[in-house]
Amino acid sequence: MTKLSVVQDTWVPLPEQEATIEERLNEILSSYQGRDDELIPIMQQVQQQFGYLPEPVIKQIARFLHLPDITIFGVATFYAQFKLVPTGRNIIRVCRGTACHVRGVARILQELENQLGVKPGETTADREYSLETVACFGACALSPIMVLDDKVHGKMTTQKVRSILDATGSSSELKDG
Amino acid sequence: MSTVIETIDEKRADTITVTINGKEVNIKKGVTVLEGALSAGIYIPTLCYDPDLTPYGACRLCVVEIDGMRGLVSSCTIPATEGMAVYTDTPRVNQSRCITMELIIANHHGDCLTCTKNQQCELLRIAQYLGMEQEHIDRLRKSTQVLPIDDSHPAFIRDPNKCILCGICVRACHEIASVDAIGLAFRGNSTKVTTAGDKPIIESICKSCGECIARCPTGALVPKYEKPPAKEVKTICPYCGVGCSLYLGVRDNTIVSVRGDPESSVNNGSLCVKGRWGYDFIAHPERLTTPLIRLDGVSRGAAHDGQVRDLFREATWDEALELVSKRLLEIKQTYGPDSLACLSSAKCTNEDNYVMQKFTRGVLGTNNIDHCARLCHASTIVGALAAFGQGAMSNSYDDLEKTNLFFVIGSNTTECHPIIGSIIKRRVRAGAAKLIVADPRSIELSEYATVDLHHQPGTDVALLNGLMQVIIRDGLEDKDFIQERTEGFEEMQRLVKEYTPEVVEETTGVPQSDIEAAAHLFGEADSACILYGMGITQHTTGTDNVKSVANLLMLTGNIGREGTGFSPLRGQNNVQGACDMGALPNVYPGYQKVDDPSVKAKFETAWGCELSDRPGLVATEVADAICRGDLKGLYVMGENPMLSEPYLEHTQRALEQIEFLVVQDIFLSETAWLADVVFPAAAFAEKDGTFTNTERRVQRIRQALQPPGEAKVDWQIISALAERMGKPFGFRSAADVMEEIASLTLIYGGIHLDRLEKGGLQWPCLDTSHPGTPFLHQGSFARGRGKLHAVDYTPPIESVSKNYPLVLTTGRLLEHWHTGTMSRRSRVLAELRPNGVAEMHPDDATKLGLLEHDLITLTSERGRLETTVHITEKSPPGVVFMPFHWREAPVNVLTNNALDPVAKIPEFKVSAINAVLAVLDRAAQDNAFLARLAENPVEALKEYELTTEERAAIATGDIRKVESWVGKLDERLKTWLILRLSQEKW
Repeated sequence: MTKLSVVQDTWVPLPEQEATIEERLNEILSSYQGRDDELIPIMQQVQQQFGYLPEPVIKQIARFLHLPDITIFGVATFYAQFKLVPTGRNIIRVCRGTACHVRGVARILQELENQLGVKPGETTADREYSLETVACFGACALSPIMVLDDKVHGKMTTQKVRSILDATGSSSELKDG
Repeated sequence: MSTVIETIDEKRADTITVTINGKEVNIKKGVTVLEGALSAGIYIPTLCYDPDLTPYGACRLCVVEIDGMRGLVSSCTIPATEGMAVYTDTPRVNQSRCITMELIIANHHGDCLTCTKNQQCELLRIAQYLGMEQEHIDRLRKSTQVLPIDDSHPAFIRDPNKCILCGICVRACHEIASVDAIGLAFRGNSTKVTTAGDKPIIESICKSCGECIARCPTGALVPKYEKPPAKEVKTICPYCGVGCSLYLGVRDNTIVSVRGDPESSVNNGSLCVKGRWGYDFIAHPERLTTPLIRLDGVSRGAAHDGQVRDLFREATWDEALELVSKRLLEIKQTYGPDSLACLSSAKCTNEDNYVMQKFTRGVLGTNNIDHCARLCHASTIVGALAAFGQGAMSNSYDDLEKTNLFFVIGSNTTECHPIIGSIIKRRVRAGAAKLIVADPRSIELSEYATVDLHHQPGTDVALLNGLMQVIIRDGLEDKDFIQERTEGFEEMQRLVKEYTPEVVEETTGVPQSDIEAAAHLFGEADSACILYGMGITQHTTGTDNVKSVANLLMLTGNIGREGTGFSPLRGQNNVQGACDMGALPNVYPGYQKVDDPSVKAKFETAWGCELSDRPGLVATEVADAICRGDLKGLYVMGENPMLSEPYLEHTQRALEQIEFLVVQDIFLSETAWLADVVFPAAAFAEKDGTFTNTERRVQRIRQALQPPGEAKVDWQIISALAERMGKPFGFRSAADVMEEIASLTLIYGGIHLDRLEKGGLQWPCLDTSHPGTPFLHQGSFARGRGKLHAVDYTPPIESVSKNYPLVLTTGRLLEHWHTGTMSRRSRVLAELRPNGVAEMHPDDATKLGLLEHDLITLTSERGRLETTVHITEKSPPGVVFMPFHWREAPVNVLTNNALDPVAKIPEFKVSAINAVLAVLDRAAQDNAFLARLAENPVEALKEYELTTEERAAIATGDIRKVESWVGKLDERLKTWLILRLSQEKW
């Protein structure tokens, strides 16, 4: 695995994405009328497309809805669901609930941090992974738990972390290749 | 202005009775409980209430008890109703307020002792009012989170640790400034006021108007360099023609604070970036403090490195006045009075201008007097006089508050007249009015426009005729108005018939559908105003443009009633006044013609001298007259033609060869450097008098400071000179001068300084009991019937060519003023916009191989300059925009001095230019091959005998090889050339 570093606050879109940002956004906006009550659905759809809300996209939504940029920024920072920095292709959520804590999830999280080179809330430079923590996943019987994308990995060990990451990494490389 | 005296019964109908703390009080109907209590003199503490903003109910300090309502209610959001019983000061209320304050203080960092806001801090005041004690403060755990302070802005600091989240700044930015640079974000435990993207304020869209700073109740938003003043003096802003009223805070003969006048009907307390932060120039070390006389033997063209003593010596007033008086009399005797001319100033007061024209006419004996109105609204005066019989703005700001439709054409209102710009934005955004914008560039208002038209520069007549064609075709014209109040309709109708949308699209580039939409919007509006600026006037067809604007208004009956009107937005603070005062070559004060024998006789009697009946030279003809040898002496008061005239090289040539040049100014301007004698003048804050703003409102300015050194008030200098020349005027004060103005000028007949204490008067104000005139042309026009002119479209004088393929258009920026004499010497303004740029469309930049911030050379038939390029879609393709504030890149070197045949205004707005990368331009000047290579590589290869190796090097872009025979190339030029060669189709 290549060395990973933390994504800084400025994010440069990948070339293939940059070329299509405008196009993809216009496609989303084409199904709306430009009323201000359409803001949140638009933001949700944009986030689904891009994984987060890029700054130029926020500006364009603002123009489309005749709203100030700051209003959209205010909404985006209010709801936890909206992200202003890019997330990785894969999102890892680590449970910090009581059961997981007792079963040593801290070591799992530490191992993930070491492997990925990022802290919770951050994304790897190649934008392969975002690392997040959740308060409790509600599957305490399987603790300690980590959830990769939508798949729950229970009874985690530090060894399993490596194998799961390796498997995901190679599969997405294959996808990209 | 209404003079209706309300009867007691009527007054009662407007009030209600409520009981506050057991006492019955009468308050206005429709106000909130808080406002009612405050108006009755009952204090209720509040942190988020501001009389100019909509109630918000955020701080919970204004809670009161009201009989019949459950719990405590916030008085700022509850409307007062008849018979309400309110208790504002009960133990329950005060306990709640104390708890609220404890919570606010727990999150409020800062040491009151060192806080700049301490004397005006509303939080501190309320804490004292509530009797907060140490135990209150200690009861809650203090927040430990320390947020970073934003000091990115040159004028103010944002300290979120002192912010109490009252939202006043956010609402002021939204409701008053209509900018929306700041808002609340990260709502919840970490709510804060911030910019989009949580960036420093300087990187946001903030326009620095300071409406938030002026209102912040705590130390969260504080000016960086403000001190509590010892006294405040009410006066008028010296920048644009809006004429905002303000208070200058003075301490130790220096301005230490500025605030808008909340009582003013003009600005209601608002100010823009220049009005709030632009006064450092008054105390600038470069102010002139003594008269200067040019050193013997030092020619006008002599190079200087900015050292005054290389060119001038200091002189006494006595010596300088004697010299000027002697030389002017000599020239008058030798060459006749018409060999002398004066340029008066739209920056000076009415009194200064009146005395200046009296001096020119009565002492020098010539009508050769003019001022910079020639460069901005000469065509308005000529065009509107022809159409209506009156050259001024017909309506008031009040009408802008009432109109249903704004049509803004050729005016970048939000940058050039920011306070009017925010009225437009506010009303359009509230849905109270619609907006049509016509401008070649994309301006801020374009984003607010219902219909946004981008016509080619100089095609205004075609566009306006096109709108009228659709209006008449679809029967939207006001037939009654045309029938009863106008003449010339038949002829005009015949002409505009030709201007079908197809034809107009062809000429202007505006799509037919937009023309139709705009015409319908305008034709169907109940009331509409047309606001315009230099985009209409500064053309060789300026007068035609103005007549077309007048046509459109009269055709639809949008003049002479409330909410309608003709709004030429005057540029300078007192350009309206300077025109009114007769600082024009063809009229005495009040537009009385110099060639009218009865007028001449009237002034001869009043002034006790013989006067000339020949209309004089206009400002734009002065340079030619000097070059012809007709003009020998020039007296310039507060103008800077060396930056403001078109075709500067010509102006410079003229001013260098004139026999005698006197300049009276507050700084050694570019023009003053050429003078024989320089008189130091007083700035606006150092004198008494009046300014007349664009809505014809004559407003009082008051002396706040002593002039520096020996500087004197303009009218006093001229009076002293007149006395020395044997014709004393005998004025003792500005009020004296105004008395004489009133006695000789019908439209100023009722203007006396003591009548202007409360908000000024709008002329025509015929006598001392006249209340002034908010809008003109009610019932009838000054000329009887309004004249509809048949105006055909004529293209601008210069069109693009192979050598000059781009159109240059000029204008202003929000942060600066004209030739920068004042604004560039104001720290905040200079820091906000340190450099000038030329704005260019990305397509043009790509064609020319330019990158953002490249240094470029611009050339026209008349000159060349270097400046930095800013690539932006605000400029349409093919058009370059440049402001004229910077002497380092004086755009008027390039502009065309072709004149409107009637108004003699130059065509600043259309010049054909070429743009080239500056390093390339320099390299190409002494290398013909390189020049050819850059221009057309394929042809260059054909024309020059080159070896196969050299050809290959060029075709492959091998710059190292090319350098080996053309010589070392600049790095930027190399990258440019590589790109150029790679794009060539070999």
